[in-house]
Amino acid sequence: MSKHTLSVLVENKPGVLARIASLFARRGFNIDSLAVGPTEHSDISRMTVVVDVEDLPLEQVTKQLNKLIEVLKVVELDGGSSVQRQILLVKVRADSVTRGQVLEMVQMFRAKVVDVATDALTIEATGSTDKLRALLEVLEPFGVKELVQSGLVAIGRGGRSITDRALRTA
Amino acid sequence: MAAHSRVRTPVEVTGAQSLVLALESVGVDTVFGIPGGAILPAYDPLLDSVKVRHILVRHEQGAGHAAEGYAAATGKVGVCMATSGPGATNLVTAIADAYMDSIPIVAITGQVSSAAIGTDAFQEADIRGITFPITKHNYLVTKAADIPRVIAEAFHLASTGRPGPVLVDISKDALQARTTFVWPPVFELPGYRPVTRPHHKQIREAARLIAEAKAPVLYVGGGVIRAGAAEELARFVELTQIPVVTTLMARGALPDSHPLHLGMPGMHGSVAAVTALQKSDLLITLGARFDDRVTGQLSSFAPHAKVIHADIDPAEIGKNRVADVPIVGDCKAVLADLIDEVDRDIDAGKAGDYEEWRQQTTGWKKSFPLGYTTPEDADTVAPQAVIEAIGRIAGPEATYVAGVGQHQMWAAQFVQYERPNAWLNSGGLGTMGYSVPAAMGAKVAEPDRVVWAIDGDGCFQMTNQELATCVINDIPIKVAIINNSSLGMVRQWQSLFYNERYSNTDLHTSVGRRIPDFVKLAEAYGCVGLRCERPEDVDATIRKAMEINDVPVVVDFVVHRDAMVWPMVPSGVSNDDIQVAKDTAPQWDREESEKIEEIEEREQQS
Repeated sequence: MSKHTLSVLVENKPGVLARIASLFARRGFNIDSLAVGPTEHSDISRMTVVVDVEDLPLEQVTKQLNKLIEVLKVVELDGGSSVQRQILLVKVRADSVTRGQVLEMVQMFRAKVVDVATDALTIEATGSTDKLRALLEVLEPFGVKELVQSGLVAIGRGGRSITDRALRTA
Repeated sequence: MAAHSRVRTPVEVTGAQSLVLALESVGVDTVFGIPGGAILPAYDPLLDSVKVRHILVRHEQGAGHAAEGYAAATGKVGVCMATSGPGATNLVTAIADAYMDSIPIVAITGQVSSAAIGTDAFQEADIRGITFPITKHNYLVTKAADIPRVIAEAFHLASTGRPGPVLVDISKDALQARTTFVWPPVFELPGYRPVTRPHHKQIREAARLIAEAKAPVLYVGGGVIRAGAAEELARFVELTQIPVVTTLMARGALPDSHPLHLGMPGMHGSVAAVTALQKSDLLITLGARFDDRVTGQLSSFAPHAKVIHADIDPAEIGKNRVADVPIVGDCKAVLADLIDEVDRDIDAGKAGDYEEWRQQTTGWKKSFPLGYTTPEDADTVAPQAVIEAIGRIAGPEATYVAGVGQHQMWAAQFVQYERPNAWLNSGGLGTMGYSVPAAMGAKVAEPDRVVWAIDGDGCFQMTNQELATCVINDIPIKVAIINNSSLGMVRQWQSLFYNERYSNTDLHTSVGRRIPDFVKLAEAYGCVGLRCERPEDVDATIRKAMEINDVPVVVDFVVHRDAMVWPMVPSGVSNDDIQVAKDTAPQWDREESEKIEEIEEREQQS
C-alpha cells in the first residue's frame, strides 16, 4: 500500500461529508486521515483525504469521487510539489525532574508548550506527518497521557490556485 | 434544460402545488405511488392535475419497479412517490435496482416536518442517508422555494450522463409553506459535467486496433440500449462484419436474427458467445462493465484480448479489466465516430480481415446452438418450451419482462429479441419480484404493446399484489408463471453443488399441493386465470391469453421441476470450462480444436 494525498473541492452543502465518507466505506477504501474546512470561496469547502491504496484502486477512488455531484474537483498532491501539514496536541508526563528534558525536545522540534501542570506539559506541534511521528517517538519515553491529531492539510506550491480553476470550469 | 420546459408566469402557490407544477413542467405524465402522512399535502393538488396520472399501487416496491419498467421501456424518466419512513424504505429495493441497471427514475418521498427531523418522529427515516450508496444523487428539501429547482435538477441528473435513480425527500412543512412557483429554475450543478463526446485521439487508436485485429468481438452491454444506439450498432456491424455478443442487459441491442450475433455471454451464455470472448484478440466493449457474471474468473477472462472500453461512466473503465484504449463517451456518439473513422480506414485500404474468425465463430454458433432436452416424461412441460412459444407467438414487437432466476435466463436465451427495450429484467441487483410491477410500468408507458411478464412461482409471490393495481387501472398485462414449485435457480445450485440437498427451496405451488392456487388467486384479483399442464396445450393457452386484452391474464404453466439452465460456467471458474450440460464440456471437433490451438499459438507468439 502507499499513501496518497487528495484535495477534494466540494460544494459547501449539508451532507457532503457524509456522502464522501459513505463512498469510502462502501467501496472499501481506507482513509488514513481527513480534514475539512472552508476555502476562500464561501460556497466551496475543501477536504484533504489521505488514502492508503495502490495506484489502480487510487484511480477508482478519484473516479468515484468525481462521480459525486457535489464534488467539483479532485487533485492528487504529491509531497514534492506541495506543502503538507498536520497539527497535534499532546499531554506528556513531566515532573520537576523530567520537565527540562521534555522542554529540550520541544525546542528541538520547534514545538510549543501551550499548557503547564505540576505533573504534565501540553505541547502543540505542526509539521509533516514524518516530523510529528519523530516528535512523538522522542516524547514516548516520558509517558504520553493524551494525544490528539488533526487530519493532514495540503496546498500546492507555486502561485496558482486550484479553487479558481475549479470555479472557472464549473 | 429539457426541451419541454417553457417559461411560465410566476404564481403564488403552496410547496405541494409547486411540486405538482414542476412535475407537469418537466413533462411527467405518470406517477406510481401511495400516499401517507408526510406526503399527504402533495396528494391534494395531484388530484386536480389533468396532466399527471397517479396510479395507486399496493406496495411502494411496486411503485419503484413500475417506474423502472416505464423508464426501461421508453427511455423516459419514471416517477414513483411514497410517504416518509416505511413508505420510503419500501422504495429502497427498487432504487437499488435502478442504480445497478442505470435506469432513470425519480423517487419523491415525504419527510417529517423539518423541525421534527432528527427527533425519531413518527414515520421518520433518514431516507437520504439510507439511499446515499444507491442513488446517482439525492436531495433533502426543507424550503418550498427550492422545490422547482430540485425537481428540474433531479430529472436532468436521472436522464443525462449515465442514467440512474435520483431521490427527492421533501419535508412536510416545505410542502405546506407558501411560495412562488418560478419556471424554468436555474440549475445549481457546478460539479456535474458528464462527458458524452468521445475524444478523437481515442477513436483513432480504437480504429487502429480494429484494423489490426484478427479475432475481434463486439462486447455489447446495456449502455448501448440506454444510449439508444442500436441503429448505430447495426451500422457498425454491417461496416466491419465483426461478430457480436449482447449481455443480459443488452439483449435486443442487435437483432438476434443477425448472422453475426453469437448470443449472450456469461454464466449462462451460449457456447459461441463465451468461446468467442475467450479466444478473441480484441474486445470492443461498448457500455458493458465486465461484470463477474460475464467474466467468470476475471484473471482468465479473454486472456489474449486487447480491450477497447467505451463507457459514459469513466469509473467503469479500468474498474475490473484494464483497458488498452479507454473511451469516455455516450455509446451513440462513440459508435457514430467509430463508423466514420473505420469507414475512412476502409477507404484507405486498411480494412481488417476477419473472414477466418467469422467462419470459426459462426461455426461454433452452428455446432453449439442453444437447446434443451425435453423431459423424459412426455406429459410434463419443459419450461424452456413455454418461454420459446411465448416469444414465437407474441413476436418481436411485444415487451418481455422477467423476474430473477431460471425463468429469467431461459427468457434471455429462448425469446428472440429483435429490438432494443423489448427485454426488461433485473440484471445487476437480481431482484426477485421485479417482473409484475415492471411489466405494469412498461404497459402504462406503451399501452399498445403486448407486455408479457415471464415470472417464476417464487418471484411472483413477492409482488403479485400489483395485479390489483393492473385490474383497477386497466393495465392488461399478461403473466406467465413458470411454475416449477421451487426456487428453481437455488434448487439448481443445490442439485449441482450441494449433493441434491434441497434446503428450503420447495414452494409447494404445484408439486403435491398448490399453495396458493395461482388460477384462483388471479381470479380473486379480477384477472383471467389459466392453467397449462400438458405440452400439447402450451401454444393454445398462450394464444388464448393473447386474445384477452381487457383484463390482465395470469397463466400458471406447471413445468418440469428438474429442468436446469445450460450452458453454465460455475461461479468463480474460468469461462474456458463452460459446460453444456451437467459435467459435459462442449465436444469440439478435431478441426475446431486445431483452429483454436492455432489461434492460441499465434497469440502467444505475437
